[in-house]
Amino acid sequence: MAEIAYWEAIRRAHEEELNNDPNVIVMGEDIGVAGGTYKATLGLYDTFGEQRIIDTPISENSFTGIAIGASMAGLRPIVEIMSINFALLALDTLINAAAKIRYMSGGRASCPLVMRTPGGTAHQLAAQHSARLARMFMSTSGLRVVTPRGPLDAYGMLKSAVRCNDPVIIIEHEQMYNLRGEVPDEETFRPLEGAEVVRQGKDITLIGYNYSVHLCLQAADKLAKDGIDAEVIDLRALKPLDRETIRRSVEKTHRVVIAEEDEAPVGVGAEIIAIINEDCFFALDAQPIRIHAADVPVPYNAKLEKAAIPNVDDVYQGALKAVGKI
Amino acid sequence: MKASDRKRLLREMIFYRRFEERTFEAYMERKVGGFLHLYSGQESVATGVLEVARPGHDYVITGYRDHVHAIKAGAPAREVMAELYGKETGSSKGRGGSMHIFDPSVNFMGGYALVGQPFPLAAGLALACKHKGTDQIAICFLGDGANNQGTFHETLNMASVWKLPVLFVCENNLYAIGTRIERSTAVTDQYKRVCGYDIPSSQHDGQDIDVVMGSAREAVNHVRSGKGPYFIEYLTYRYRGHSMSDSGAYRSKEEEKQWSKRDPIILFTDKLKDEGLIKDEDIKAMEKEIDDEIENDCIKFSEESPEPKVEDLHKYVLDDNPDPRWIGPLQNNEA
Repeated sequence: MAEIAYWEAIRRAHEEELNNDPNVIVMGEDIGVAGGTYKATLGLYDTFGEQRIIDTPISENSFTGIAIGASMAGLRPIVEIMSINFALLALDTLINAAAKIRYMSGGRASCPLVMRTPGGTAHQLAAQHSARLARMFMSTSGLRVVTPRGPLDAYGMLKSAVRCNDPVIIIEHEQMYNLRGEVPDEETFRPLEGAEVVRQGKDITLIGYNYSVHLCLQAADKLAKDGIDAEVIDLRALKPLDRETIRRSVEKTHRVVIAEEDEAPVGVGAEIIAIINEDCFFALDAQPIRIHAADVPVPYNAKLEKAAIPNVDDVYQGALKAVGKI
Repeated sequence: MKASDRKRLLREMIFYRRFEERTFEAYMERKVGGFLHLYSGQESVATGVLEVARPGHDYVITGYRDHVHAIKAGAPAREVMAELYGKETGSSKGRGGSMHIFDPSVNFMGGYALVGQPFPLAAGLALACKHKGTDQIAICFLGDGANNQGTFHETLNMASVWKLPVLFVCENNLYAIGTRIERSTAVTDQYKRVCGYDIPSSQHDGQDIDVVMGSAREAVNHVRSGKGPYFIEYLTYRYRGHSMSDSGAYRSKEEEKQWSKRDPIILFTDKLKDEGLIKDEDIKAMEKEIDDEIENDCIKFSEESPEPKVEDLHKYVLDDNPDPRWIGPLQNNEA
């Protein structure tokens, strides 16, 4: 068991899957000769060559479409989109094609495609490089959407995504690529479905996904000092969502805070609260609380950017409110 | 080409015309829903190009005007008709409809309703052929209107840089839905627009199937020999409006009359008559046989086939039999 960085975990998954199956290819901007903006494909070009590690022009919609077409004919493409903002250019091929081809062909064709992309705010990247957009993909039938919070899932979910026969969107985070964590030395697969209880607790449930799980974990530490025992759930997969784990936790703690880095309207938190209403409304002792970004384009100025994005204290305060301490 | 093959080609084109006109009747009877885009007038293009390619071996993909391409590629006509009827026995099990005919068993990879979307999908199919080292090619049929999408430019660029075995067939019928080409497109000769991507291209009469086959044979050979993509433009004309909701009133009677003189079926019939291969009574007999086949096979099969079951609504969204090793559930996760 070695401790490695998130980007190294992704790189290792690529390497293992490329070695395992000659039909695995990797496509994206600067992923080959340049080694990848986030180093997630570092060195693969030298090992596997330009036929399999394909540097693309800046044509997101069409190179994603090419990956989709290749997947329909038996290849297993892993596409890196440099920023989730740029994935908006590929929405036609992703949502109108990849997500629908299995269905509209009556199950006769499929698109085993993986798209990896970082979402989220980092350090003053401003409005056009800070989108999160998980909510948009999770609302689309025919896609799988996963949000690995650390190296183990980043590694093991990418490996599962390559093997899986569905189009899988993996949403990473600009601020997590250097995050370190333990990954087993032996080959490991992490499932593409299922929320994970990452901290057991009995007083309140804090729900996060992607980067916001870390906000929840740090808020739980603060709450523990106040004698409040918080349970933390990492949703891991936004599509399909694991309703059962949410229900079990809420029935245990009766209080819930959902932390999302995205804006609130029509968002992940809205969906989770709807699920709680449908599945375990009468288990609640307090209204569920959403901690979310301000409903503004992400500003450049560091102070404004900080104010726009939820932090640990916001989650902590939300939890205090949910347990009636403020 | 053998006489029997020439007669077969004529029969195929008449079959496609009658098939399309019969779908029109079924649409008027409300047996067929949604949008319906007919291929009447352009039969020589798909028939001629695919005649000199290898249907069933090569990949074929197109837009929403897809019935004839699917059948010529090898999809059973009765299944295409059943798809229009929304039946479980249809090409796409009633989930796709007229615009989304699929038959991957013969490498017909679908009809798509987003104009220009098949460009990159076709290039991706070609990428897979190249990757696997097969002698297959991908053939992408689209109209002139599709060339005003970004995917045209993006895909042609990548197909050229990567030398992909893809043949782009542009069926220039002069209208993008209801807007005439001069009003939407700066360079109306579509083959000229490709020069920015260093892809060989040419323009031909699309109504004479002999011209289509001759030019397509060269293009197919070029692509199959590993020299990279080719873009071929055929000048053609659709008789019906863009879809059933379109009367085609934006076109002049004079223009329609001019093009009807160059009907691909009439042109080819006249040739076969001149060549002494066929007589009027043979054609009458052929038409009768085709109508019987459409009625007694395609329509009867479609009418009698079951509809999809409502309880199967959620089938085919994702893999219905996923491997739990990749999907889950997550172990040791008790709250």
